[in-house]
Amino acid sequence: MDTQWPLWEVFIRSKQGLDHKHVGSLHAADAQMAMENARDVYTRRREGVSIWVVESKHIHASNPDEQEAFFDPADDKAYRHPTFYEVPDSLTHI
Amino acid sequence: MVAHPDLQTQFDLRVAEDQRIEPKDWMPEPYRRTLVRQISQHAHSEIVGMLPEGNWITRAPSLRRKAVLLAKVQDEAGHGLYLYSAAETLGTSREQMIDDLHSGKAKYSSIFNYPTLSWADMGVIGWLVDGAAIMNQVPLCRTSYGPYARAMVRICKEESFHQRQGYEIMMTLAKGSEAQRAMAQDALNRWWWPVLMMFGPKDDESPNTALSMQWKIKRFTNDELRQKFVDATVPQAEYLGLNIPDPDLKWNETRGHYDFGPINWDEFWEVVKGNGPCNRQRLEARRKAHEEGAWVREAAAAYANKRKAKSEK
Repeated sequence: MDTQWPLWEVFIRSKQGLDHKHVGSLHAADAQMAMENARDVYTRRREGVSIWVVESKHIHASNPDEQEAFFDPADDKAYRHPTFYEVPDSLTHI
Repeated sequence: MVAHPDLQTQFDLRVAEDQRIEPKDWMPEPYRRTLVRQISQHAHSEIVGMLPEGNWITRAPSLRRKAVLLAKVQDEAGHGLYLYSAAETLGTSREQMIDDLHSGKAKYSSIFNYPTLSWADMGVIGWLVDGAAIMNQVPLCRTSYGPYARAMVRICKEESFHQRQGYEIMMTLAKGSEAQRAMAQDALNRWWWPVLMMFGPKDDESPNTALSMQWKIKRFTNDELRQKFVDATVPQAEYLGLNIPDPDLKWNETRGHYDFGPINWDEFWEVVKGNGPCNRQRLEARRKAHEEGAWVREAAAAYANKRKAKSEK
């Protein structure tokens, strides 16, 4: 078994004005090769106008086992949503 | 991770509610193992599947056909890569998967162990082999494991071109000379039964089906998919004026499906065990490509290291 090149995560902007979105990963020796491989693997049909590649080891992710506790500070703040407030039905533009 | 009752309950609930399971979520070990087996097997099939078609790139009958076949084979490589990367999110390494393929431990679709003898085989492979793959893959776009489902969405978008280009080759041959029609019929005769075997063993002999259905990895059983495929394909063969080589094939009014004859399962198991017409040749070609590419991988790594060292100075 030989050792593989490092793993890279690939993000693609499908068109101007949209965010880059994660599409998958690939192996490459360096960033330039990762970029070229990403083009060949993920944009054979013009799926993108811009690519980001990030070596996977540099990504820090939240822990799904702590998902509840991590996100629950937002749970009891319904007043952050417009539907929390009652306004008369007869009014418009509000 | 140890199976914790709460985690198991949460997992079961998620699957029952049709939510996706993502890489870092807790999952039962057998679920992980089943996925690694299925996704890597699927990836290997894409990679080995390039070989029978690659065989015809230099002999394609026109520049257009050649460009199309090249694009199709490139797609197969891409599909293999999407799937390997989905499998890697489960904690298996690329090296391990490649190693298991080359040692014969991991399987790939039995269909690629049959030889491609004429140009018409390129037509039949696109039409039927890719057609069968689509039947199998469309429901996998809703499979319970997120990265696998997302890879399948990407694959299914590209696969439809594969089937159509194959059918176009068949239409051209079917409308051609007597010899071309005979070539098309011969290809159909050779591929029909192996294609039906692609859906895997009968439901009552498929040990993994029940759990895979429960986990929503699979959405339809092998026999259900096989029936859907036959029903969809018969009218396409009729349009071409070709005969499906099955004397028992007929429309069953009460079932609302085509009945078809018995499949030679002995042949299927022989091919799975490694005794098909091309098993050895395929694995040999894979190993050779891997070994002969070793210096390229090493050189690229050395070059990357050198450039990194330079930039750090």
